[in-house]
Amino acid sequence: MSITPYRVLVGPEGYLPPAAASRGVLLPEKGEALIEGAIVPEEEAMQAIATKLLSAKNPFFFPGPQLLWDWKEGVAQKAQAVKRLADLAGARVIPMPDYRPKYPMINPAVEINPNHPNLTIWHNKIDLCVFIGVHCHYANMALKIIRGGTSCYTVALCGEAGHEDAMISLCCMGMPELAKLTEIIRTMKGEQAA
Amino acid sequence: MIEQKVVAPEYLFNEAEREEQFITGSEAVREAIRRANVDMAISYPITPQSESMHLVGDIYAEGYIKEYFRGENEFAVMSSVAGAAMGGVRVFTATGGPGTLRAFEAFPTWAGARLPVVCAFMTRGINSPLSIQPDTLEMAYMLDTGIIMLHAENSQDLYDMILQAFMIAEKPEVHIPVGVFVDGFFVTHTRDRVKIAPPDIKLPPYNPYSAPVPVMDMENPPIRQMRDPFVMKSNFISYAAHASWQQEILAAAERSRRHIAHYLGSLLEAENENAQVMIVASGTAVSQSREAIESARQEGLDVGLVKLKSLRPFPTEELKAVTANAKAVIVPEFNRVGWLAREVRAALEAKVKVVGGPRVFGGMTMPPDLILDEIRRCANE
Repeated sequence: MSITPYRVLVGPEGYLPPAAASRGVLLPEKGEALIEGAIVPEEEAMQAIATKLLSAKNPFFFPGPQLLWDWKEGVAQKAQAVKRLADLAGARVIPMPDYRPKYPMINPAVEINPNHPNLTIWHNKIDLCVFIGVHCHYANMALKIIRGGTSCYTVALCGEAGHEDAMISLCCMGMPELAKLTEIIRTMKGEQAA
Repeated sequence: MIEQKVVAPEYLFNEAEREEQFITGSEAVREAIRRANVDMAISYPITPQSESMHLVGDIYAEGYIKEYFRGENEFAVMSSVAGAAMGGVRVFTATGGPGTLRAFEAFPTWAGARLPVVCAFMTRGINSPLSIQPDTLEMAYMLDTGIIMLHAENSQDLYDMILQAFMIAEKPEVHIPVGVFVDGFFVTHTRDRVKIAPPDIKLPPYNPYSAPVPVMDMENPPIRQMRDPFVMKSNFISYAAHASWQQEILAAAERSRRHIAHYLGSLLEAENENAQVMIVASGTAVSQSREAIESARQEGLDVGLVKLKSLRPFPTEELKAVTANAKAVIVPEFNRVGWLAREVRAALEAKVKVVGGPRVFGGMTMPPDLILDEIRRCANE
């Protein structure tokens, strides 16, 4: 473990950035979040996400299978809320419909894949991306590859324990948290417009 | 079958009134599984594990487990267990010695596929001339498979650790297998006092829909996606994806530290940690060390003890802290290669003298006098 705390910063970090968990970055508890490897209150991280989203040149949401498939009660409503959030933030959406490595390659204009997420980010010149509804293993795997090969800022809105490998990560993300983040963005956007 | 009520894990582990029973280690496994809300158990006999899975079969017959069958061999069992876990059920099995090695290919694939399997390993000799006697050599091979490794000292640990293992393994951010290791015969085939929770309570069920990988349910989305291997692909993207995947498995084990500490109390236990001579051990070598320390103290020698409960993840920082004042660390082991001494040396970074031994193997027990001799030698240096 390094003596200096490892920070999860925007890349490109190189071929194989370490998993932040292996460099001592701990996951947040409920009510907390991560900003660049440090645990902060959830509210502070939501403010930071709003600032980053509204100042990004080309932000994108990457919804995963847990949000794209209407596989259990409440998912469709959550997907609609995420779409409203993305629209409000001026972000576009590229789906991650499944996790299969696809060869010779995916069409990066319309799809992202956790095994080579850098292709979609490079092709679309994405400077900020938001992961939501991606199974945690695949999200962490993709977040590391993005940090390794691109200069894209990464945000994870996780319904479980959160992601050390994202530059900002919320955990335990349910409908109330989505509504709160949406409201923060709405307020910040209004202040910027005023 | 007794009607069982689902309770919080913390209640089952720490708060429920326990009854003391005088039972074997194998019977302690049965009692743990009775309260573990296991969906499926798959067995294959190998000494000294056979009795444990026989007894698990008994409670299947009583209705405590939904499915139970015997595999064709250990490799088939571990592969079937993988299928069950991919299908989203809580699954348990056990093996030991040559059975562990026969099934070996399965263990890194369990970890790589993020399967929260719990497996008990009742260790025994594996090398020729073949022996069915106690030996922990197989644990050396398991250290880098990616699974979490807990080592029980006695039947009480075995009962507790099996139950706790399910809760650790199934955390969404962990979600890798947990092996609960125990020294065969010494624990599995001897009776001991074990305090167990009432039989009418059980753990909460596994929730596969919080898993970090999709459940392999072929009928319901979002699942129509295989965890394709990269083995057939030769290009930079495949290398990077595979490497990032492997890092994530190691990261999952790191995340388990918090949960091991929560459920087991700590990754290690230390007694008299200011002593200049410390014994660092795991499994039944801890019990033998306790005997030796008792004798040493009667001679006026100042000795401390570190019991390692988690070997993967290894409690490096904790071990450094509790041996900070030691001039020598003694590592008694039940195998010929001294894998634990290697681990301890790597953790302590040559800051303290590590004595790799005494070691016994081939089946004999560890005479406390052997450990006492090392204590005297180190104390008088």
